[in-house]
Amino acid sequence: MYRKRFNLLALLVTSSMVLASCGGTTATPTATTAPAVVATATTAPAGETPTAMMAESPTAMAGETPSAMAGQTPGGSMDRTKVGAELSEAYAGKYKGTKVTMFGPFGAEDEIKFNNSIKDFEAATGIDIQYEGSKEFETTINVRAQGGNPPDIADFPQPGLMASVAKTGKILDASKFINEAWLKENYNQSFIDIATVDSGGSKILGGIFQRVNGKSLVWYPKKAFEEAGYKIPQTWDEMKALMDEIVADGDTPWCIGIESGTATGWPATDWMEDIMLRTTSLENYDKWTKGELPFTSPEVKKAAEVMSDIWLNDKYVYGGRKQIVSTSFGDSPAPMFQDPPKCYMHRQGNFITSFFEQSKPGVKGGTDYDFFYLPPIDAQYGKPFLFAGDVMSAFNDRPEVRAVMQWFTTFEGVKGWVQAGGALSPHNDSDPSAYTSSVDARVADLLRSATSLRFDGSDLMPGAVGSNSFWKGMTNYISGSATLDQALEEIQAGWANVQK
Amino acid sequence: MQGAAELRPQRPIPGTEGTAAPGRFLIALLALIAVVAALWLGFLFLRDNDAPQLVSALVAILWGVGGIAALFTTANMLVESLSNKWRSRVQPYIFVGPAVAILAWFLLIPTIRTLFQSFFLGSSNNFAGLENYIKAFTSRDMLQAFQNNLLWLVAGTAGCVVLGLLIAVLADRSRFETLAKALIFMPMAISFVGAGVIWKFMYARQPEGEPQIGVLNAIVTGLGGQPQAWIQSPPWNNFFLILVLIWMQTGFALVIFSAALKGVPEEMLEAARLDGASEIQAFFRIIIPFIQGTIITVTTTIAIFTLKIFDVVIVMTGGQFNTDVVATQFYKNYFNNPGYGSAIAIVLFVAVLPVMIYNLREFRKQEGF
Repeated sequence: MYRKRFNLLALLVTSSMVLASCGGTTATPTATTAPAVVATATTAPAGETPTAMMAESPTAMAGETPSAMAGQTPGGSMDRTKVGAELSEAYAGKYKGTKVTMFGPFGAEDEIKFNNSIKDFEAATGIDIQYEGSKEFETTINVRAQGGNPPDIADFPQPGLMASVAKTGKILDASKFINEAWLKENYNQSFIDIATVDSGGSKILGGIFQRVNGKSLVWYPKKAFEEAGYKIPQTWDEMKALMDEIVADGDTPWCIGIESGTATGWPATDWMEDIMLRTTSLENYDKWTKGELPFTSPEVKKAAEVMSDIWLNDKYVYGGRKQIVSTSFGDSPAPMFQDPPKCYMHRQGNFITSFFEQSKPGVKGGTDYDFFYLPPIDAQYGKPFLFAGDVMSAFNDRPEVRAVMQWFTTFEGVKGWVQAGGALSPHNDSDPSAYTSSVDARVADLLRSATSLRFDGSDLMPGAVGSNSFWKGMTNYISGSATLDQALEEIQAGWANVQK
Repeated sequence: MQGAAELRPQRPIPGTEGTAAPGRFLIALLALIAVVAALWLGFLFLRDNDAPQLVSALVAILWGVGGIAALFTTANMLVESLSNKWRSRVQPYIFVGPAVAILAWFLLIPTIRTLFQSFFLGSSNNFAGLENYIKAFTSRDMLQAFQNNLLWLVAGTAGCVVLGLLIAVLADRSRFETLAKALIFMPMAISFVGAGVIWKFMYARQPEGEPQIGVLNAIVTGLGGQPQAWIQSPPWNNFFLILVLIWMQTGFALVIFSAALKGVPEEMLEAARLDGASEIQAFFRIIIPFIQGTIITVTTTIAIFTLKIFDVVIVMTGGQFNTDVVATQFYKNYFNNPGYGSAIAIVLFVAVLPVMIYNLREFRKQEGF
């Protein structure tokens, strides 16, 4: 009798273990009754992004910057109360000994650069910023937010993902503790628009941009490139001619790698976006990022085909398709720095220079490597430029957290990183002379001179598409386990998974 | 239980010998209340403290282990101060109760919640009926995951059991039995995540003409072949992932089989040999039937492992390249769409359930429960 009953109990217990061990422990969610209000995912972004953004460039290295602001040192006389009360109190030492935890996707070189860039702030305020980086950031941040264990501040490279998290009501409204006048003064309105998201039915400022990076860039090993007599292509035809010339010389034009843990596939989405911008209108691009232009449409398919012409041609890519899928994005440009180079071009955002240093210590921008703008494909669409950026979002409301968030809205908050290279400042109070690397200064220039500017599309799309089915579909297509049509259908199916 | 009570040195308390002891009851009750209060204070400290992590960790260990011991001791004291009749009624629940309560809180309730959630759209309160389940059984991703899980179940389980049994039998006759068993058992000490990382290096691929850092590709290129993208090329990549499980779990099967083999009576085998049975016949007609119960237990245990497999896949391929299994699908979908993710979790749960019931039945047959 007893035995039977205990048996049943044991079964119950062990079987519920299966579920729980698979993640059932995160059973807090329904408590935060997400509103029934249907909020179309990330309504804010690109659509409204005015091309006027060009006029007042986000990096605003132009002369409009009030000279009093430029080149402030951390101990300087900048009026910090303008940003927010907590920031000036922090500098007054009021939060000495407190701790602010941060969680983000970057690691290795970037983590070192970040930690160096916060040193002055930590020394001046006594606030200890503890950064933790994870390759699994995209999924882990959801686990931590819903499990009630979020970091104080998270670094989202995808505003779309931030928007999905904000929907659960866990992210604080940054406009509540950062002076609105300051935000307007120091940011181009587009940055505020992109980060304005839905939270429990109302609009909040889900975060603030701490740094941005340009994406439509092709890196090349300068010396070898010039010695071989190659010319920087200005048009797509010249680009094709260059690729064939390199092949004719017995070399390989491109180095490409898409491996990135659960995020495998994302470099392919960047290519897609760059090509979309060059083969169709901005209106279509904006519709696409909002889910109004399906992946199965001829426009998107055309972009994928232009990409396939390069990617799936084993002569054009070092190591061919197999190499693309099995190489991590960070390691992929390394063969470019061998002597002689194993490939001559690598398309990636300017953050990749951190990885250059990792794969070959001591390489210098401007001498060892350089970049050119990925040429336009169809002249009627001008010279579009793709960029991305990192949004800092606060989860816990404590004065020291507010202070750190406020600090990130100032140029000081990214200055150290800008000086180390690999990041651009989105702030209007940035100091052009801080760009110690001519490469970064020129990327900032490009950002200014592009005829149109768009944020990374997959990063704007909601998490279920932008950081799930889009990655997976591209990976399946490139690895050869799905045809292009199958892959595009699969990516499009991700929209059905977007939380309503 | 009563034996334990009798063994306890009886300290004579003046004036209470031999009678029912209201004084003892009161003391025990106070002690229990004190322990509960102390545990609550400890909980508050652990929740709100700013102490260094090492201190927190030490307090947590002390709080957990010491707290349980103190709780049981005082609760037991309380029970023992009761009359004999009540003591035997209550005592089992004192020991089993807390464990069951904690398991119910952390496992049963989440299970029910997950089931509940799986009938709703996203994280909303909009009832979805069976929509999430229909999607879980029709989407291309999930069909792929089911197919892969089936592969894991068949190839993974068979690999571990057959290899484990084979090595156990061979090692039984070898002079190096201990050494061989130790070597094969060793991977058990590594976590699935650790094993995934190790094997990712084993399968690493560099472009043709470069020195290969992955063992497998180094061998292949050494023999004049081309480097392969082992874990990025479907459908074979699934087998390369399954190999990691086999590497890890064969040791588990081996050790248990080995112990069972030692239980096969030598006389029986000798009699068979005298009757002219070959070694192979003796193996299949005597050894296998004799250790059948063990084989079933090991098989079902590993089968449950393979159905729940997650770590190896997420570490090595992130579920990309058509290697997704049900558990990784659940993980990826839950946070974008909790309703759908919950439905996948329930599907996995239902799939594991029959194996688990069978496993427990076998345990009971062997008086394991």
